[in-house]
Amino acid sequence: MKKQAPLKPEIPPQPQPQRSGAQCVIDGLVKAGCEVLFGYPGGTVLDIFNCLYDAPFKFVLTRHEQGAVHMADGYARATGKPGCCLVTSGPGATNTITGLATANMDGIPLVCITGQVALHLIGTDAFQEADIMGITRSVTKHNFLVRDVNELPDILAKAFYIATTGKPGPVLIDIPKNIQRALTSVPTKDPKRVEMRAYRPDVKVAKADIANLADLLNKAERPLLYAGGGIISGTASAVLTELARKANIPVCTTMMALGAFPENDPLSLGMVGMHGTAAANYAIDKSDLLISAGARFDDRVTGKIDEFASKAITVHIDIDPSAIGKNVSTHFGINGYLAPVLKALLPLVKRVKHEAWFQQVQEWKKKFPLGYPQPDGVLMPQTVIKMIDKLSKGQAVITTDVGQNQMWSTQFFTYTKPRNFISSGGLGTMGFGLPACIGAQLGREKELVVCITGDGGIQMNFQELVVAVEHQLPIVVVILNNGFLGMVRQWQELFYSKRYSGVMLSQHGRRPNEEIADKPVYLPDFVKLAEAHGATAYRVTTEKEVEAALHEAFKRKKTTVIECIVSPEANVYPMIPPGTHVSSMIGHTKN
Amino acid sequence: MKHIINCLVENQPGVLARIVGLISGRGYNIDTLNVGPTADSTVSKMTIVVPGDAKIIDQVTKQLSKQVDVIEVVELTNRRHLERELILVRVGVADNTQRAEVLDLASSFNATVIDIQKDSISLQMASNQGAVTEFLRLLQPHHIIDLSRSGVIAVGRECV
Repeated sequence: MKKQAPLKPEIPPQPQPQRSGAQCVIDGLVKAGCEVLFGYPGGTVLDIFNCLYDAPFKFVLTRHEQGAVHMADGYARATGKPGCCLVTSGPGATNTITGLATANMDGIPLVCITGQVALHLIGTDAFQEADIMGITRSVTKHNFLVRDVNELPDILAKAFYIATTGKPGPVLIDIPKNIQRALTSVPTKDPKRVEMRAYRPDVKVAKADIANLADLLNKAERPLLYAGGGIISGTASAVLTELARKANIPVCTTMMALGAFPENDPLSLGMVGMHGTAAANYAIDKSDLLISAGARFDDRVTGKIDEFASKAITVHIDIDPSAIGKNVSTHFGINGYLAPVLKALLPLVKRVKHEAWFQQVQEWKKKFPLGYPQPDGVLMPQTVIKMIDKLSKGQAVITTDVGQNQMWSTQFFTYTKPRNFISSGGLGTMGFGLPACIGAQLGREKELVVCITGDGGIQMNFQELVVAVEHQLPIVVVILNNGFLGMVRQWQELFYSKRYSGVMLSQHGRRPNEEIADKPVYLPDFVKLAEAHGATAYRVTTEKEVEAALHEAFKRKKTTVIECIVSPEANVYPMIPPGTHVSSMIGHTKN
Repeated sequence: MKHIINCLVENQPGVLARIVGLISGRGYNIDTLNVGPTADSTVSKMTIVVPGDAKIIDQVTKQLSKQVDVIEVVELTNRRHLERELILVRVGVADNTQRAEVLDLASSFNATVIDIQKDSISLQMASNQGAVTEFLRLLQPHHIIDLSRSGVIAVGRECV
């Protein structure tokens, strides 16, 4: 006889466990793979900080919200993963603007969470209320205001999805305090499984377009690859290198793409643009086919726009359709992800030598190498950077500030790997170098990370040095102290008859209207300041001392600051004055 | 040249500010802007008239398409399309001669009289931009007390 199955008691549907909005934030970050969160607390994010207490990832308390965003940015640039930061409403949120704009211009994936006053208080000028949605709309890729806790898990997943796909960028989520405290049973969502009706970053490239491009390339006599930051964010560096080598195409890179193509390769022409190499700029001017891959024809690259690459058919490959035809009317645009486009192109391209063209670019390289005058008894800033290159064997991850220190860093260090040069390109943000260095080191713990900065830039976020010391990060901060805001001074020297207005950090030679008590001559004392923050510090004035200090710093693996007293009026050359053609280049012949 | 751009967007708070901010932030102008619901309650339609050359319109269209909340952007000027603008205008009429002139003008432009007062006439007219502009030009010599224009709305006449 068949045994009758025992009757199952009716199980009522189990209610999903309820959790707070604040907990949703932590769970969403974990799901998105967050390893480190940078931030600063405040009244409207207390609930999230309460949940953060038990979070499985690292939290880094910065000393200013701007530092938090730059750190998340440096982390993202160094690792390719989205950076995460968390700040409070009002001033906490407004302090993130420069960081968000920096990331937005350079297409860096970030998710920034801001607290907001409770929904019913929005618009009442409540304490620490700011319309951060309105304020950040133009400096983020997208932003969200959460109005219902049940939408929060979805919004968190969407934020990471939007930040990391298409042309990456920063996404801000504004979460009112009452939403953080409200309960929901909606489960955590996976950012990899997001579907959005209005946002579809997966573009398909027509095979015919690739074939046309291959045809152009196979027919060209003087082809040139012009690689931009998209090569790095689109992980297309390897295939770009393969393509260049297969068809013997010279490669120049923008600043954002330094390291996308190994600079020790004979095909590398280095950086293009205002302070790029003569070879790269001449090659652009003379080429008959210019292929821009993930670059955006920035004005610092093109100079006088209607004479830029005037002999070339220009091709523009970019994931951002609005970049195509924005600054330069290109002959042929391809909207798509770089890696698959270049991969599809590779087999269609013939192995060609382009012998005459190759010889021509080699000749330029030989005739116009990057150089600088080396007077006796003065430490040149370029020498310091060459020494970092030499002692780190070109393997250090370099972060910079903006201006002369940045340009010399592009010129005198040999970049051979992507994600080893980290700098604010589009926005040109002073104060970026140190926090970005901290973020990069946290993302790449085993590697040597060096911040090259100036005496101006370092003072914009010096307070973050404490974070490096607290977390025992072996970063090395190299301050090129020339007593000036160097790049502005250089422009005043060249274009404003040496009228040095508002650029003197040292008191030597100040105009009467800028004079203050005549002693001390230079403030602050960077060595004492660094020591007060708990770091080791050296002041060096000769090449020998630079070498010894760097050697020591690289060996000791502790937070170190090296202040290099360098030539006060050294200039960055070559230089194509703004808005002019390559033929106006100055300082490229023997210095 | 003026271009009519139809933009389908997610019907969410803040989208209008996003679109307007984008266009003004990049230094472009808006002649008229009209926003309304569509047959799908989750979607709104914006009809934006932007003056500019082909390059500007290309950028506006691309920048709009890039927005996360924008579902579709269609530039209608170079396609077969239907466009209408609705105007309401109140014209002062001092005497019977003036009244007759205004009524005459109205009837030749298919404008409808929607209100008559002792010293004014209110008219409603819906037509394409060209006719609206012409009608208003001819009304100019009269005393226009008040004028409201809806901005252009448009639909395409073929599948995109």
